[in-house]
Amino acid sequence: MSDGAPQIQLRGICRYYGAGETEVRALDDVDLTIRSGEFVAIMGPSGSGKSTAMNVIGCLDTPTAGSYHFEGVEVGDLDQDQRALLRRHYLGFVFQGYNLLARSTALENVELPLIYKGMARDERIARAREALSRVGLADRWHHDPSELSGGQQQRVAIARALAGRPDVLLADEPTGNLDSAKSREIMELLSDLNRQDGLTIVMVTHEEDMAAYAGRLVTFLDGRIASDAPTRRAGG
Amino acid sequence: MLRETIRLALSAIFRNTMRSFLTVLGIVIGVAAVIAMVTVGQGSQQQVTKDIEKLGTNTLMVMPGQGGMRSGGFTSDRAFTRRDAEAIESELSSVRIAAPYSTSMITAIYGSENHLTGLAGADTSLLDAMDWPVRLGRRFTGAEERAGRAVCLIGETVRGKLFGNVDPLGHSIRLKALSCEVIGVLDAKGVSSFGEDQDDLVLLPLRSYQRRIAGNDEVALIYVSVREGVSTDRAAREIQALMRERRRISLGEEDDFSVMDMKQIASILSGITAVLTGLLSSVAAVSLVVGGIGIMNIMLVSVTERTREIGIRLAVGAQAGQVLMQFLVEAIVLSLMGGALGIALGLGLAALAARLLSIPFTPDPLVVLLAVGFSGGVGVIFGYFPARRAARMDPIQALRHE
Ligand SMILES: Nc1ncnc2c1ncn2[C@@H]1O[C@H](COP(=O)(O)OP(=O)(O)OP(=O)(O)O)[C@@H](O)[C@H]1O
Ligand SMILES: [Mg+2]
Repeated sequence: MSDGAPQIQLRGICRYYGAGETEVRALDDVDLTIRSGEFVAIMGPSGSGKSTAMNVIGCLDTPTAGSYHFEGVEVGDLDQDQRALLRRHYLGFVFQGYNLLARSTALENVELPLIYKGMARDERIARAREALSRVGLADRWHHDPSELSGGQQQRVAIARALAGRPDVLLADEPTGNLDSAKSREIMELLSDLNRQDGLTIVMVTHEEDMAAYAGRLVTFLDGRIASDAPTRRAGG
Repeated sequence: MLRETIRLALSAIFRNTMRSFLTVLGIVIGVAAVIAMVTVGQGSQQQVTKDIEKLGTNTLMVMPGQGGMRSGGFTSDRAFTRRDAEAIESELSSVRIAAPYSTSMITAIYGSENHLTGLAGADTSLLDAMDWPVRLGRRFTGAEERAGRAVCLIGETVRGKLFGNVDPLGHSIRLKALSCEVIGVLDAKGVSSFGEDQDDLVLLPLRSYQRRIAGNDEVALIYVSVREGVSTDRAAREIQALMRERRRISLGEEDDFSVMDMKQIASILSGITAVLTGLLSSVAAVSLVVGGIGIMNIMLVSVTERTREIGIRLAVGAQAGQVLMQFLVEAIVLSLMGGALGIALGLGLAALAARLLSIPFTPDPLVVLLAVGFSGGVGVIFGYFPARRAARMDPIQALRHE
């Protein structure tokens, strides 16, 4: 599974918040290489820097130090607009807190990345509805986030990340608000995409069961990588 | 892409209906207030200017008492008589015509129609002094004036109210107990700068008025037309001296009458109107600023929400420029909508006011442009600059914005 070229390469990545006495080292000298087509699970206690790492990988945040190569390109050398293009064409992101547009329907939310891909309206809507039905929300497309349950909002966020058919899916606790049946459905979907389409997936989770779907488990502790090993699935 | 951007902006506008409505409201109120007030102010000033031009000839008004216009005709001071006017006209070479007249309000009745109007007792000398021609029929004859006949001239408004399409000549209208024959219709004069309809009157020979309506031989006012080439100041001084003599006012005593220059009155009035216009304009400016602050508030209050929205858009791959273009177009579309509504409302109000006040309706495109520009500018600035700041952040920073 993991024999593709290095797609994501973090070298000595640091992300500090504040300075002096109150300095928080959310990421402290992190090295991580993820190959194309890998399915990586990230675990670790709360506050260990998982989301921070995801944000850096997703080009949503700028690290304090270190170098980040995406597909061999040094992200630190890209300007803001180039990073936007990278997000637009290669990356799909599921936020821990969903971050849906308020007062926009589920469909409009899922359409959003497609708008910036310059896709025509009809195609956009067809794609967005397809993505919604894949996460089991075909009949909920016209609802605002405020009219959806936490789990449903989470699935809209997943549909939004998938609609643009990214090369890499970065999902920060994508099943955190789902019951185990729904969680499994989503994980099956991700596994399929990973196996069939070669989608690279990096997923933060608190649940061993979900991590078991991945081929590799990275554990964070205090902003550092504590362990990095293939899962039983990969081994067996 | 621009079409898409406009579509996006429109959908954003209708997504945040309340915010959009409040923003637009600020623009509408600001623009409407400025347009309405400035237009009304300029209209009334134009009206006054026109009236002053119409007064043209040098005219003076002699009235009892020192109160000037305020107590004209209704004073307890000694009234004039016809002989005062005759003396002014015959003894002073500076005077072309001195026309005595009295006025009161009366209900004129014709058939089943009745109309409350101004009644003036005056001879044809008044028409001469005012250069006021008879449009239909004829003027009083000397014999009718001397005999105090029951004949009258009516103004255009009275004619319309009482007679409609009927030819009024030869018919009799009733004024209190007096039935008098209409022998002529005066030329239409329109509304004066004092706001009164000058065509709303019935003119009776002075003697008829004194005998049959007033029951005395007093004259309320003397309307003086000054001879060409003579200054109104000089004429006024001469009239003052003559009247003091006639009314036997001793040296140290105050006048118990006044001589007013009509042009002076008009220019005082014009000055007042100018001040009023200035006042109206400053009120308008204040409402524009208030509207602007309203817009600003809405925009600033929604900065957090907008910043998060920008964060989301950036995260899914929007470039800062695209987001900004969307916000800019949104602000401009909102301003245009608000501006259009404001212009419509403001012009509507101004037109209504112009009709009610009988002043010309003269919208000033510059003012319209200024008002819309200002409100729109406020909308764009306070919508655009917070957006620009947000669009320059890392997406995660914008998403965490408090
Ligand atoms: N904007 C910020 N300002 C200051 N400190 C921050 C900020 N964001 C994160 N941190 C700190 O960085 C550390 C790592 O945060 P992060 O969100 O990456 O944790 P996490 O592993 O995702 O935790 P969780 O499992 O609870 O989501 C925490 O100690 C957190 O307090
Ligand atoms: Mg987290």
